[in-house]
Amino acid sequence: MQASQTQAALRVRNLRKTYKDVVAVDGLDLEILSGECFGLLGPNGAGKTTTIEICEGLTEADSGEVDVLGLRWSSDAPALRQKLGIQLQETQLAEKLTVFETLRLFRSFFHQGPGAEDAIRMVQLEEKRDARVGALSGGQKQRLALACALVGDPELLFLDEPTTGLDPQARRQLWDLIEEFKAAGRTILLTTHYMDEAEQLCGRVAIMDHGKTIAQGTPRELIASIGVEHVVEFSAGNTAVDLSGIRAMAGVRDVRTENGSVLLQVTELHKAVPGLLDELTRQGVPLTELRTHSATLEDVFVHLTGRHLRDE
Amino acid sequence: MSKRNFTDHALVQLTLMRMREFIREPEALFWSMIFPIALAAGLGIAFRNRPPEVLKIAAVTPRLAEALRQEKLLDVTQLPPELAEQFIRTGKVALVAEPAAEGSSNGGIVYRYDDTNPEGRQARMLADQAIQRASGRQDAVSGNDQIMREPGSRYIDFLIPGLIGMGIMGNSIWGPGFSIVDARRKKLLKRIVATPMPKHYYLLSFLVWRMILLPVDVGVPLGFGVLVFGIPLRGPFIALVATCVLATLAFSAGGLLIASRVRTIEAASGLMNLSMVPMWILSGVFFSSQRFPDLVQPAIKALPLTAVIDALRANMLQGSGFAQMAPQAAVLGAWLVVCFGLALRLFRWR
Repeated sequence: MQASQTQAALRVRNLRKTYKDVVAVDGLDLEILSGECFGLLGPNGAGKTTTIEICEGLTEADSGEVDVLGLRWSSDAPALRQKLGIQLQETQLAEKLTVFETLRLFRSFFHQGPGAEDAIRMVQLEEKRDARVGALSGGQKQRLALACALVGDPELLFLDEPTTGLDPQARRQLWDLIEEFKAAGRTILLTTHYMDEAEQLCGRVAIMDHGKTIAQGTPRELIASIGVEHVVEFSAGNTAVDLSGIRAMAGVRDVRTENGSVLLQVTELHKAVPGLLDELTRQGVPLTELRTHSATLEDVFVHLTGRHLRDE
Repeated sequence: MSKRNFTDHALVQLTLMRMREFIREPEALFWSMIFPIALAAGLGIAFRNRPPEVLKIAAVTPRLAEALRQEKLLDVTQLPPELAEQFIRTGKVALVAEPAAEGSSNGGIVYRYDDTNPEGRQARMLADQAIQRASGRQDAVSGNDQIMREPGSRYIDFLIPGLIGMGIMGNSIWGPGFSIVDARRKKLLKRIVATPMPKHYYLLSFLVWRMILLPVDVGVPLGFGVLVFGIPLRGPFIALVATCVLATLAFSAGGLLIASRVRTIEAASGLMNLSMVPMWILSGVFFSSQRFPDLVQPAIKALPLTAVIDALRANMLQGSGFAQMAPQAAVLGAWLVVCFGLALRLFRWR
């Protein structure tokens, strides 16, 4: 994080939006600093898309304040549109146009920015320059959508679930592109329901659930906040395990079972694992599987809500 | 960065998108160009003007046959009596002329024919007239024929303006309507309004593209009619062009209105058919709208397709100019203003 740049690119205060009987956004506060990549992380239906679309000026909030680059949608919409790069969830671009034609079209809407050829280069679609949009793979379409967001040389980039539905390789490729934009100092707000994506790309993250932010900070801070550094997962086949003995071990914060496996949240891995092995030997339980991973934002979400990000 | 070409303009790029989407859709080309020609050709052939029909008759003597051949509308065959009998029984001839039986006075003639058959009765009249004249009868009053068979009063002359009007309506309503609903369904509309593009450019691009296509929309059936059937263009051509432009604007506004909120292609198709089918029937594309009762005539006259077709027929067939076409222009103008006004109010970008 650049501590020197304290100017807020986006400031949201007490935002509310209700659709008929569903409260989509329920008193949300956000502040995104210039030059940072900020992630809205949450399960489907948490209100991420509604929030980002209000910030993009596509949806009107019921109440609350939204400052974008120091401007307001109510009074400065045309100027704001010139400064923003937007990628929506699930947009299908015109299938009969080529990649180049699509980018020329989008470029024609902006006063300034890179040309269509430059935009193609930025998202590495040179080989597909003259291919019809309808003939592109999912990852290529998503990169084209990204290029459409870049042709206005935006001061602020909104990416709504940029990698949803992509295969791992295409996701990785898109991450590399976003890393490049970050390195170039662009301000980015992205939504995702992949915790690894938020951890990988975002300097700061707000975890959303039911229209509210339930935690906000750097991924490292958030993980540290639950007081758990590692997760140990083991299974013992069909043999019953006495969990109370494990719970009593030093450095174990939480123990639960899931799909026949036992999960331990621990602070010090180097002490917990030998302790666990000793305890299982004492109980005479054979170990069929043992895994450990460092705590993730997923564990933070589980800790805060008792649910998994992808449950819903 | 500041140097921008004409083609960098958003309206140009949007219109290019319309053009690309059109020419890269072979079905669209077929329905808007080939189909109207095929329809006009088919109907033109079905309702073509035949030469007056020649009636086949038989005569049993050479003298009778010769006298009857003076009449051009009779195709006379000389046959022996038995064969003539057989021919009339099987309908191969409409009438048989034979000398009266021996013993009857002044060389009388017998016409054998079926008096319930119009061809038989007509053949009887023509044959008798030919025989009488050959025998020296003088007409008491001389009559001169004036044949009315000129272009402008045939079915094809009536049909082509109807097809032009129908084509303008179909293309103007389907073209914008379909594209807009499709773009809304794919969330492309929402993506486009998330850019700084001035919103009216998007709608304007449909009108610009229709104007570019208008010479083709109208030129194809009109050129076909003029070249193949020699249909007349009696009125000022500029008035015809102006009518077509106004009609395109009015129907495109209708297309925008239909597409202003609909989210699915199915719903849009339903609304488009609902608005167009009654006009196909009522507005006199294939037959005169005058055939409907007087009570509904004012309503039929107020339909935009009736206005276009009436104006085109008046211009092409009766030589009307702007002044005579003013009522139809007023109807079209009213539809344009009302539909466009409503479309702007109701239009949803998502």
